[in-house]
Amino acid sequence: MALVLNEEQIMLKDSAAGFLAQKAAVAQLRALRDSGSKTTFDGDVWNEMVNMGWASIAIPEAYGGLGYGYTGLGLVLEQVGRHLSNSPLESAVLVGATLVNELASEAQKQQWLPAIAAGETRFSLALQEGAHHNPQQLATSARREGDGFVLSGSKVLVLDAPSAQQFLVVAQLEGTDGASVFAVPASADGLAIESRAMVDSRAAGALTLNQVAVGADALVGEAGAAGPALERTLDIANIGLSAELLGLSAEAFERTVAYLQERKQFGRIIGSFQGLQHRAAELFAELELARSIVLKALQAIDEGADNLPLLASAAKAKLCEVAQRASNEAVQMHGGIGMTDECDIGFFIKRARVAQHTFGDYNYHLDRFARLGGF
Amino acid sequence: MSELEQFRAETRAWLEANCPQSMRTPARGFEDIYNGGRKPEIDHPDQKVWCDRMAERGWTVPTWPKEYGGGGLSKEEAKVLAQEMARINARRPLDSFGISMLGPALLKFGTEAQKKEHLPPIVRGEIRWCQGYSEPNAGSDLASLATRADDKGDHYLINGQKIWTSYADKADWIFCLVRTDNSGSKHEGISFVLFDMDQPGVTVKPIKLISGSSPFCETFFDDAKALKANLVGEEGKGWTIAKYLLTHEREMISSFGTAPRQSLGQQAVDVIGADASGRLANGVLRQNIAQYQLDALVFGYTMARVGDEAKAGQGLGPASSIFKYYGTELNKRRNELNLAVQGEAALGWDGEVYDGGQLSRDWLRSKGNSIEGGTSEVQLNIIAKRVLGLPDA
Repeated sequence: MALVLNEEQIMLKDSAAGFLAQKAAVAQLRALRDSGSKTTFDGDVWNEMVNMGWASIAIPEAYGGLGYGYTGLGLVLEQVGRHLSNSPLESAVLVGATLVNELASEAQKQQWLPAIAAGETRFSLALQEGAHHNPQQLATSARREGDGFVLSGSKVLVLDAPSAQQFLVVAQLEGTDGASVFAVPASADGLAIESRAMVDSRAAGALTLNQVAVGADALVGEAGAAGPALERTLDIANIGLSAELLGLSAEAFERTVAYLQERKQFGRIIGSFQGLQHRAAELFAELELARSIVLKALQAIDEGADNLPLLASAAKAKLCEVAQRASNEAVQMHGGIGMTDECDIGFFIKRARVAQHTFGDYNYHLDRFARLGGF
Repeated sequence: MSELEQFRAETRAWLEANCPQSMRTPARGFEDIYNGGRKPEIDHPDQKVWCDRMAERGWTVPTWPKEYGGGGLSKEEAKVLAQEMARINARRPLDSFGISMLGPALLKFGTEAQKKEHLPPIVRGEIRWCQGYSEPNAGSDLASLATRADDKGDHYLINGQKIWTSYADKADWIFCLVRTDNSGSKHEGISFVLFDMDQPGVTVKPIKLISGSSPFCETFFDDAKALKANLVGEEGKGWTIAKYLLTHEREMISSFGTAPRQSLGQQAVDVIGADASGRLANGVLRQNIAQYQLDALVFGYTMARVGDEAKAGQGLGPASSIFKYYGTELNKRRNELNLAVQGEAALGWDGEVYDGGQLSRDWLRSKGNSIEGGTSEVQLNIIAKRVLGLPDA
C-alpha cells in the first residue's frame, strides 16, 4: 500500500484536530489536573468522542463498529498526542476493544463489542506486575472452582483503572501452559482498585485480586491460549501509542521552533545561532523518519502483514527515542521558562515518558527488534 | 494481450537475443559499468557491443525523447524494460554524468540546437562528461566561485581552477560554472557553459584519496575556449541550473544509505557468535547494530513515503530536504559497523585474502559522502533556514 493518506483519512485527521483543539487541549488538561479529578478525563467530551464514532473506529461493522481500521484510529491518536487529550481512547478503544476482538469467542464479541462501540462499557487491560513491561513473567494465578474460576495476584499501571467497568486480567490458569485472560467486573468481591496519580496527570491504578471468584463466562476465548491474541494486541497498542508519541513530539518541536524564532538574547533572535539551528534541523529529520514508520506500521495492522511484530517494535523503539529527544530539547531550548509549571512544555515531557514506558520502552523494543531480526 | 504486455514480450525476446552472456552478471560496483567516451575503459569487449545494441534503440536512456536519440518510452514501459533486464541479471549498458546530470539539465534549460548537438552522443556513449563545480576556495560556499569567463565575441576565454572534478581525466567535455560578471551579489553573474576538454588550455591532475583510488581531479583552465553557442540558459543566470543539478545530485548520493540486502546483525552473529538465547554475544555491538538497522529501515520508508506523496499529487514534502544529510550519515555508520563486525578482515588494504581491501576502501570512501555535493553541515543550515524558517546569523 502506498505510504500516503487518502482524502477520507486527511478529513478524519483534520476533524479530529479541530475537535480536540477546542474541547480537549492542553488548557483543559491543566484544568482537570488542578481540579484534582480522580477520573482525570471529561465525561462530556468522552461522550462526544463516542458520538463521533471514535470508540468504534476499529471495531468490525458486524459488531456495531465503523470498521474503519487502525490507520484511522492512529490518525486520531496522533492528534490526541498533539493536544495531550485525556480520554479512555487508549485504555478502552486501542487496547480493551482490540483484545476482545482478537481473543473473545463469537458469543462474547456479540455481547461486548457493541457495548464498547456505543461507549457503554469500558474494558481495561490488567497485565503488568513489576516495574517493567514483561508479559513472559506472570505471577497472577487462576484456578477452576465449580463452574467458574478464582483469581489471585496483583497488577500495576492499569490504565484508567478508577473509571473502567471491566478489567481484562491476564493470569496463569492451573493446568495450562499459556496465559489466559479473564473479564473481571470492577465491582467483583475481593478486587481492590487503588487509584494512583501518575506524572502525566492521567489516572492509572493498581489492582489486588484476593480470591476473586468469577463465572465460567468470564474466561475470554480459550483456556491457556491467549498468547497470540495478546501479542497482536500489544503490537497494535504499541503502534497506537507510537502514533500518539508522534503527535506529541511534533507539537513540542513546533512550539520550540516558534520560541526560537521569537526569543532574543545578546541582541539577537536565538534561532539565528547555528548551535541551536543544527540541533533543531537534526530533530526535524528524526521526526520525518518517525512519521514514516508510524504510517507504515498502522497500515501493516490493517493489511494483516506478517512482519507486524517487527514493525511494531521498530515503531515503538523509534518513537520512544524521538519523543525523548524532542521533549528534552523542548525543555532545554525553552530555557528557564521551560522549567516552570506555567509553561505548557512540561506537560509534554511528562506524558511522553508514561506513553514511552507503557507496554515496553525503548530498551524493551530495540532488544525485541534485534531478536526478531535474527540477532 | 494489453499493449504493455505486448511490449514486455517483445522486450524479453529482444534482450534474450541481444544481451551478451558476459553482461548477464551483476555489476560489483561503479567500476564494472561502462562509461563510454572517446577513450573508453573497456574491461570486456562485450561492454561496447552491449552498449551499442542498446543505444541503437535509445535504451541506454529509455525515457529521453526519440528526437534526441532516447528510447521515447513511457514510465510504465521503462519499468518493464528494467524488470526484464533484472530478470536476466543484465547490467546497465552505460552510465555517465551525461545521462544522470547534464542530460536532465539540457532537457530543462537547453536550446533546441544544444539538445540536438549534445544529447545523441550521450545516448550512444560517444562523449563522456564531467562536472566543473567546486573550486579550492568555493566548496560548501559554492556561489563564491571565481573561475573567470571573458567575453571574446563569439566565445569566452576561461581562466581559473576547479577541484573535486569527478573523472575529469577520463572525460571528453565539461559542464562548468564560471563567473561572467563580478558586479552583483555572489549568486548573480554565474554562467553555465559547456566546452571540450581536449584543448591546450585545459590541464587535469588526478587526486589520490585516503582510499587509494583517484575518482577526483584538479582541473586548470588557462585561456580555455568555450563557444557562446554552448552557454546554457542566460548569461549570469547559471546559479538556477546549478541548484537544480545539486538537488539532483543529492538525491543520487542519498540513495547510498538505503538498507542492504543482508542484515549486518546476522553477519555479526556469524563472525562473533550468539549467546544461549540467540542474541549477538557482544551486547554493546548488538545495540549499535540494532540502532543502525532501525534507522536504515525507517529511512527507507521515508524515501518511499516522499515518493508516494509526490505520486499522489501532494507535492515534494519537506522530508526530501533530509535525504542527503541522513542517507550519507547512515552510510558512514554502516561502514564503521562493517569494520567493527569484520575486525581484522576489514583492515586489509590489498591482496586476495582481503578482496583487494574492498571493506577498508569502501569505509574510507564513505567519509566523502557527507562532504561531496554539500556537506552535512550545509544540509542542516538549509533545513534550519528554508524548512524551519530560522533567521540568518
